[in-house]
Amino acid sequence: MKYLDEFNDPELAGALFDDIARMTTKPWSIMEVCGGQTHSIIRNGIDQLLPDAIELIHGPGCPVCVTPLGMIDKALEIASRPGVIFCSFGDMLRVPGSAQDLFQVRSEGGDVRVVYSPLDAVQLAVENPDREVVFFAIGFETTAPANAMAVHVAEQRGLTNFSALVSHVLVPPAIEAIVSSPHNRVDGFLAAGHVCSVMGTWQYGPLVEAFGVPVVVTGFEPLDVLEGIRRVVRQLEAGTAQLENAYERVVTDEGNIAAQDMLAEVFEVCDRRWRGVGEIPRSGWRLAERYCGFDAEVRFGVSDIDTPESASCRSGDVLQGLIKPHECPAFGTECTPRHPLGATMVSSEGACAAYYHYRRLDLPVEAARTSDVSR
Amino acid sequence: MCLAVPGQIIETREEAGIPMATISFDGIRKDICLAYLPDLGVGDYAIVHVGFAISKIDEASALETLEMFRELGVLDDELALDEASDP
Repeated sequence: MKYLDEFNDPELAGALFDDIARMTTKPWSIMEVCGGQTHSIIRNGIDQLLPDAIELIHGPGCPVCVTPLGMIDKALEIASRPGVIFCSFGDMLRVPGSAQDLFQVRSEGGDVRVVYSPLDAVQLAVENPDREVVFFAIGFETTAPANAMAVHVAEQRGLTNFSALVSHVLVPPAIEAIVSSPHNRVDGFLAAGHVCSVMGTWQYGPLVEAFGVPVVVTGFEPLDVLEGIRRVVRQLEAGTAQLENAYERVVTDEGNIAAQDMLAEVFEVCDRRWRGVGEIPRSGWRLAERYCGFDAEVRFGVSDIDTPESASCRSGDVLQGLIKPHECPAFGTECTPRHPLGATMVSSEGACAAYYHYRRLDLPVEAARTSDVSR
Repeated sequence: MCLAVPGQIIETREEAGIPMATISFDGIRKDICLAYLPDLGVGDYAIVHVGFAISKIDEASALETLEMFRELGVLDDELALDEASDP
């Protein structure tokens, strides 16, 4: 009862759970590739209220978590330089690099600032013409249009003291890498609604056809997530594989064309390493040639920094769905949100942090699952 | 940072040729960029991510979604009958 009560509409949540339970006849593994969805699932106990046969695998859907260690070390190096104002989204500041994090750089005198919008970093460059302003441009397709606009505006205004450390990642190549892996356990995917609000749904049709996996575009509110799961299960039980849009109030087939046009102008596709996963071909964006003068890696000569990842952190296995966060020996002991070993424990959207904050491992799961829903 | 939050536009303007807006997230006001949804106006709802409106969401479609779920609830009433016949 505890969990159903926390849904906006407990009655509807109960109905969706019942429908899923009624149609489930076989074990299925479903992966969500959105940190917001992971958060929703754990916070609301969706994974525990579903039938035992339905396993949710928390995919590499948190941009903070998949930014490679080498890129963090590049950020730390640049942020430590005198004369630099290093701007980042807040979640990146506590992500551990190989020796320290951006908070420590700041405590040692580095000028590290949290920005709400990438345009705030451009404004800082305008206001501080004698300083080098560097923006840490991370994120999936949802964030990339904002970051692209910042670079575009900096060019339009002729700013020579603005640059971007670009580490963008793309969802469809990650899904392809997961389903084509020999270790793949995923039967169907919840695609990230807000990624698709920018890119549309058209990118996913070829994946559905090539790999025969259902993909359902899903929002991240608890009821949205449940509806996405229900539609994937319905397809799996019917033996079909289709692209469905369960987030039609936000996502259209074509996406946001103006944003896609800006992305095509500012960025070009590149191979990208994902923290904990490794390199995935054509899974990232870097600055296009026209904008390469804004590349902070080149401007600060940090392109050669390349850092191997920690052996004790198993976030890579978590990100690929090979283990659950609490199955890692370091979980909650060596590795906590205050002292994270890996990025999945750092970001509030990371699977390990979500498990830590909403850990219900000791709660009576059966009691929660079998509780009645008043109708 | 990958969350996107719906808000209501309360003022629009242009800054250095870029369409901008003040938006209210349940009373908290922020300046956001409308470059990717330049047709939005005062009173419209948008989903906003890192200071950029990325998709429009109007009250009507939000209500429609809820209605869809209510329909599902009706469906569930039928399912409840099915359940009642199960052992």
